Order: sequence, then structure tokens, then C-alpha cells
Amino acid sequence: MNSQNNQPNVARGSATSWLVPLLTLLAAVGFATCVWMVFVVTPVADVLFFNQKIMYFHVANAFMLFLSVFVCGFASVVFLKKRDGKWDDIAIAGAELAVMFGIVVLITGSIWAKVSWDVWWKWEKRLTMSLLLWLVLVAYVIVRRFAGASSDRLAAGLAVFGCVGIPFIYFMVEKSDNHPQAGKDGVVATLATDMKLAFWGSVLTFFFWFVAMLISRIHSARAEREVRELRESAMDAGVL
Amino acid sequence: MNTLRCAITVLRKDLLVELRSREIIYTAVFFAALLVVIFTVALPRDGRVDDRMAPGMLWATIAFAGTIGLGRAFDREREDDTMRALLLSPAPRLAVFLGKAVAITMLILLVAAVATPLFGLFLTSARLLEHPLPLVVLLVLGALGFGVVGSVFAAALLRVRSRDVLLPIVLYPILIPLFFAATNATLALCVTDPNMAKAWYWISLLAGYDGVFLVLSLWLFESLVIE
Repeated sequence: MNSQNNQPNVARGSATSWLVPLLTLLAAVGFATCVWMVFVVTPVADVLFFNQKIMYFHVANAFMLFLSVFVCGFASVVFLKKRDGKWDDIAIAGAELAVMFGIVVLITGSIWAKVSWDVWWKWEKRLTMSLLLWLVLVAYVIVRRFAGASSDRLAAGLAVFGCVGIPFIYFMVEKSDNHPQAGKDGVVATLATDMKLAFWGSVLTFFFWFVAMLISRIHSARAEREVRELRESAMDAGVL
Repeated sequence: MNTLRCAITVLRKDLLVELRSREIIYTAVFFAALLVVIFTVALPRDGRVDDRMAPGMLWATIAFAGTIGLGRAFDREREDDTMRALLLSPAPRLAVFLGKAVAITMLILLVAAVATPLFGLFLTSARLLEHPLPLVVLLVLGALGFGVVGSVFAAALLRVRSRDVLLPIVLYPILIPLFFAATNATLALCVTDPNMAKAWYWISLLAGYDGVFLVLSLWLFESLVIE
């Protein structure tokens, strides 16, 4: 084994070391601004009144959920084909973020559903797909946590198979749903200007937060992997 | 051609090993029968059941008993490290996968073949056996999807810790669309006024699921299983 590749590069982190604090700061400032925008600036909505305000966080978190899942799925495919551990680090980071954003999406969505539909849960298209995605990624994280170090490819397979299965749900759950819609005549497009600003501000805030956490988690996953690889090569060399 | 012949050899080997001890057949089938009894006993005892509940119970039984058999079938390959031998043999890896997947599919079909009539027997109001042809088609397609995805992940799990607990945890999130379609197809068949068009719609979804996951499994099996 080429020990040169396993040397942890101490200087490597310095190029992006300002990025995570900067993004975190932006997210913190953005979050405070968003809370102010949502509760003070934006008008109270017509039908759902004050309850509508949960949308600003629910939808932003849902975007980040799908982004995290996409990152995890894409990195998993590349990892399976290239067998390069750095893609695996990205996949872990994406999966854990997806679990976290998913919790927020499901809880805020349930609150919304209770107010809007008077039920906590409905087997509607988007709800079912989000729940299923979330279950796949929880399973991914459980596998990584309890199956040992050799579970990297198994977990990548789970991510890929799981993501491929989700579109089938689209054809399986009944067509008529009254989840607020996206698109040209959808909810976001028809928001008042203040509301639109608060909404996209919230999306941007959570995006900064997403990128900051993604980078940090990739770094820590890489560090864990390098320690593991060093230990293995030390054992191969008979040092340990 | 060579791939096909090797796959058949792997399949024959698996069936032969199983037929000598019949361990998996007896345990999985008996477990399925137990599950049928458990599900039936869990319902109100006045002998009348909502006919819409039977399909869910049937597919839950197939899922649980199938997983037991699946786990054991691959554990057997681990005990003497024969999976490694299989993968090292000159047989194409796709043939190993196909042979295994067909063997597992047959096992799951056997479980289904026991569980379905038993449910039909215990839950007479559910009319499970009213339309045998679409029922058989959907059981075969369901078992095939389960067998294909199950073989990939049971084989991939051979290399990791706590594989018995993790098999259903890994498998079921992927298989939920399959069970969803299979349960709805069965439901469309066994209600008081069966809806054939709906049943075939769900069966075609099952077929689509099987096709997509068969291709995906053939593509990824090697990178998931080889060290």
C-alpha cells in the first residue's frame, strides 16, 4: 500500500477553513432576519392566518432534504463505481443531513397538516415520498453506525436502490392531492412580495447552513477514514 | 450462454443443498403458518373480517417469512466461506447473482403458496382465491422483486457485523414500493366487487419495479459484493 496517499494533509484544511465560519455566520444572521421577516414584516395570510408562517421553514427545509438526498445518492453512485473514499465521505455527510432536515420537514409538515386538513398525517403523494426517502436515509445512517467499517459499499447500495424506488410512489398514491402545489400558479409564485422575500431568504439561510454542515461533516468523515486507513496500514506493516 | 448455464448450475446447487436438509423450507413455511395464525387471532373473533385487511396481512407474512429464509440462505454461504469460493470461481458473477436470486424467488413463492391458501381458509370473507390467474401473476412478480433486491443485499451484508438485525432494516425501505403495489393489486382482486383494470394497473407497476431493480442489481451486484 502506498503510504504517501495515507498521510493526513494538515495544510489541506486551510484553503477552506474560513468558509465554514463564514457560512455559519451568514446562516445565523439570515436566521435572525428570517424570524423577524416572518413574524413582523410579512402579512398574515388569508386562509390559514398565522399558521401559514410555518411554511417559510417547512419548505426551505424540504428543499434542503431533497438536496441532501441528491448529494448522498449521487456520491454513492460515484463511490460504487470509482471506489474512492472521498465520495463516501460526501455520501455520509449528505445522508446525515437528510435525516436531520427530514425530521424538521416531517414535524413542521404534521403541524401544518393538523391545522389545514385537521389530521396529523395523510398518505398523500408528497408526504409518502418524503417519509420513504427519510426512512431510506435513516436506514443508511443505522447501517453506517452499527455494521462496522466495511459497510461503506452496502450503505451506498442502499442509498442508490432506495432513491430509485421513490419515483414508483409517484404512480402509486392517488392523483388528487391537496398539498400546496409548486409551479407557475403554485403557492410560492403567488405569494405577496414581502412573503416571497421572507420565503427565499429562508431558503438561502438554510442553504448556507446546509453547505456549512456538509463541509464540516465531510471533513470529519475524511478524518475518521484516514485514521482507519492509517491504522490498517500500520497493522499491515506490523507496527500495531 | 455461458452465464445462463452457470446460473442454472448455481441454482441447482442451492436447491440441492436445501433439499438435502430442507431446513429453510420447513422453518420459513412453518413461520409463515405461525404468522397467519397470529394475524388471524389478532382480529375480532366473531369470524367476520373486513375483506380489505387480508392483502396487507398476506404481504406482511410474505415479507417476514421471506426475510427469515433469505437470511438463512446466505448465512449458509458464509459458514464455510463458500460465498468467497463462489465469487472466486470462473463463473461470471452475474451468473452467481442470477442463480441465487432465482433460488430465493422460488423460496418466497413457496412461502406465498402456503400463506395465501391459509389466509383464504381462515378469512373466508376475504375471497383471496377468487381470481387465481392475476393472483399467481402478482405473487410471482412480487416474489421476483423481493428475491432480486433481497439477494443483492443479503450478499452484501455477508461482510458486515450484526447482519441479522440489519437485513430487514436495509431491505424494507427499498421494498416498500413493491409491497405497496402488491398489497393494492391483491386488494383490487379480493374485495366484494373486484376491479380487474385496477388490479392489472398495480401488476404492471410491480412488473416495472421488477424490471428497474433487476437492471440496477445486475449493474451494481459486483461492486456491492466483491471485496
